[in-house]
Amino acid sequence: MMSEQVIFRIKRFDPENAEQGSYWEDFKVDRKKGKTLLEGLFDIMENLDGSLAFRFACRAGICGSDAAYVNGKYVLACQEQISFYTGTIKIEPLPFYPIIKDLVIDMEPFFSKIRAVNPFVILKKSLEKEVIQSSEEKELMGNSIDCILCGSCYSSCVTVWTDPEYLGPAALLKAFRFVRDSRDAMTDERIGLINGNHGVWRCHTAFNCGEACPKELNPTEAIAYLKRQAVKKRFSRLFGK
Amino acid sequence: MADVEIFKHDILIVGTGLAGLSAAVEAAQRGKDVATVSITQAYRSHSSAAQGGINAALANVAEDDSAERHGFDTTKGSDYLADQKAVLAMTEQAIPRILELDKLGIPFSRTEDGKIAQRPFGGAGYPRTCYSTDKTGAVIMMGLYEQCLYHEVPMYEDRIVLSIGEKENKIKGVVAINLITGKLEIFQASAVIFAVGGAGRVFKDTTNSWHNSGFGFVLPYFKGVPLKDMEFVQFHPTGLATNAVLLSEAARGEGGYLRNKDGERFMKNYAADKMELAPRDIVARSIQTEINEGRGCGPDGDYVELDLTHLPAEQILSRLPQVRELAIRFAGTDLIEEPAPIRPSTHYTMGGISVNDKTESEMTGLYAAGECSCISVHGANRLGGNSLLECCVFGKISGVSTSEFVEANKVDDDALEVLQKEADEVEANIQNLFNGEGSEDGFKLMAEMQKVLSKNLGVFRNKEGITKAQETIKDLKERYKKIKVKYTGRIYNWELARLYMLGGQLHLAEVIVEGALKREEFRGSHCRTDFMKRNDKKFMKHTMAHYDVKNDTCKISYSKVDLSIWEPEERKY
Repeated sequence: MMSEQVIFRIKRFDPENAEQGSYWEDFKVDRKKGKTLLEGLFDIMENLDGSLAFRFACRAGICGSDAAYVNGKYVLACQEQISFYTGTIKIEPLPFYPIIKDLVIDMEPFFSKIRAVNPFVILKKSLEKEVIQSSEEKELMGNSIDCILCGSCYSSCVTVWTDPEYLGPAALLKAFRFVRDSRDAMTDERIGLINGNHGVWRCHTAFNCGEACPKELNPTEAIAYLKRQAVKKRFSRLFGK
Repeated sequence: MADVEIFKHDILIVGTGLAGLSAAVEAAQRGKDVATVSITQAYRSHSSAAQGGINAALANVAEDDSAERHGFDTTKGSDYLADQKAVLAMTEQAIPRILELDKLGIPFSRTEDGKIAQRPFGGAGYPRTCYSTDKTGAVIMMGLYEQCLYHEVPMYEDRIVLSIGEKENKIKGVVAINLITGKLEIFQASAVIFAVGGAGRVFKDTTNSWHNSGFGFVLPYFKGVPLKDMEFVQFHPTGLATNAVLLSEAARGEGGYLRNKDGERFMKNYAADKMELAPRDIVARSIQTEINEGRGCGPDGDYVELDLTHLPAEQILSRLPQVRELAIRFAGTDLIEEPAPIRPSTHYTMGGISVNDKTESEMTGLYAAGECSCISVHGANRLGGNSLLECCVFGKISGVSTSEFVEANKVDDDALEVLQKEADEVEANIQNLFNGEGSEDGFKLMAEMQKVLSKNLGVFRNKEGITKAQETIKDLKERYKKIKVKYTGRIYNWELARLYMLGGQLHLAEVIVEGALKREEFRGSHCRTDFMKRNDKKFMKHTMAHYDVKNDTCKISYSKVDLSIWEPEERKY
């Protein structure tokens, strides 16, 4: 029999008692087959400490609310089985973001970058009557449409840590999604948007983002594609093509 | 007076799922001063978990499909409790609405000629469910969210609306708590759209998000707006047996089988023609019957199996990637190689805030759209693929209706006064919870409510069980007065927020129970084992629950069903 209880060691911060700073607190949580980290956090909220703050919603790994840094890895708390962990489970808010309370972070730095890449389709004139897009054309977007905006990649990116203005992996993946959308009319302008001082060229191809992504997406690869497009655009301007 | 911050907009939308975002985009396109307020960050709403698709008779796959046929299937699926003109309006507007979404850049899956792909779904005569693999809700919601960014719609997040400000049956705005500051906030608005989603969390095993508490339903109810047909609750046939996470109907649409412990495709005994693609209420009852009669799988015989192993792996990977991922993560089974354990789980609230086909409620300026509303287009049972549709069509209509309303109506001079008073009351309620007696544990009461409803108001119901639930809910309402919120900090106090909402949830549970007890018939999702026939003579009518302020309970009356297009007949598949 595995042990009946497991320790959740949670990094806490109470804004109403801010001078205390961040601190670690241990809670004993019942271990049960099938139980997730998120359910463990609810156990604590309901039975041990009502002050514990975290975000949550769908609890099926779809909404992106509950990304956290657990034993040094990026996870969605709702899709992690407690039974897969041995020993103490260390749970922290996503690193780099300002902390609001406990595991709740201020994601404005992340969302401001998403907004900066004009994340919406501007439809080609030729499609205004009827949209036609082949399956092959749709496939060009790949799984970039599956991003759930959980913010993990942004937290993991070494460039984000050194250049807070850097657009970061999620926003660039978003830009890729629209650059690759056969229905969009703004491809050139989009390349312009991601080609600046804090755009694609700041990516050092560390691949942290792909590793952090709970949806197994690969922003690094998308950024590499955008770099190629940016180069092509420059060459075509030079040689008038 | 409570210390509050004040925001003013012409149109305020409570909730940012597909209905709320559809409304926001429509009003923004019309140049209106519109804002959203939501309990989650704007992109986290539960529409994203809708997987299988959205119905519209585009006839991209089956040429002879039509809005009229879609309307008939919907009405028959509703066991004739849907209002037929509203149904036809929805199925007719489905077509231009989906084409409009396509132009917003929603990445739908495509046919060979580049049009929107469509797949078969339960209860439908034609393959008319448009989809994007099995992530349809998520991609539409993302597209509409992106449109809100384009229009720069102000989105107030991390806020829970706790009350409505109303005077002489006219809405003035809402009072919310900001989780990040812990302060109360007033949102003054001439028109308010409730788009708060479903109420699955009054039950125990549910496919719903943690935020589908149902609390939003009771705010209009407490101020005199009736709740309609709340006893009709859909149980999705294929919730994962481990934790009730939804496995999409698309799994059966793509050809999946249901098998009992003998490996038998038992649906042949219940719906020989449609088999696994019979409507959800029928499939859910069939599964429950197999389990109840000892043909369930596993050591406790408490589930059946969803089997896709006969489908090509390529088909599963390309069309059902998320279904596969969910089964791997939450049940440890790869559907390419083995079946997944499933059983019916509370899924969808057919009933809701009573509104007409313009989404207007009985209170001036108060609108509702999406799952929390009841027009009714789903009647006693909703067809798969019609919920996203209802959100997109009637969400947009609520954007039109409120835009027209605010053009014709000025802000009331007394609005802030009314809202400030309301805020004071909310603050008093919060203080009462902080200073409660504490002899009862709020979260235990919540669990009891969920358990008693799931046990007695599930797939099968009878007088004895419902009466038991009635007594329990009455008792819980009394015990609720003795709870105490132990943590008294203001910022991100979920203990406070959830227990505050529990007070409303208990009233919603009461409405469900009262409606179910009085409806002595078997119609759609409401299967009374003590009255196993549909009774059109007595019950071809909508249940209307009004809040009885004096007795702090609900009063049931009835209203007419619109049967002007199709003649009710026996519902067979």
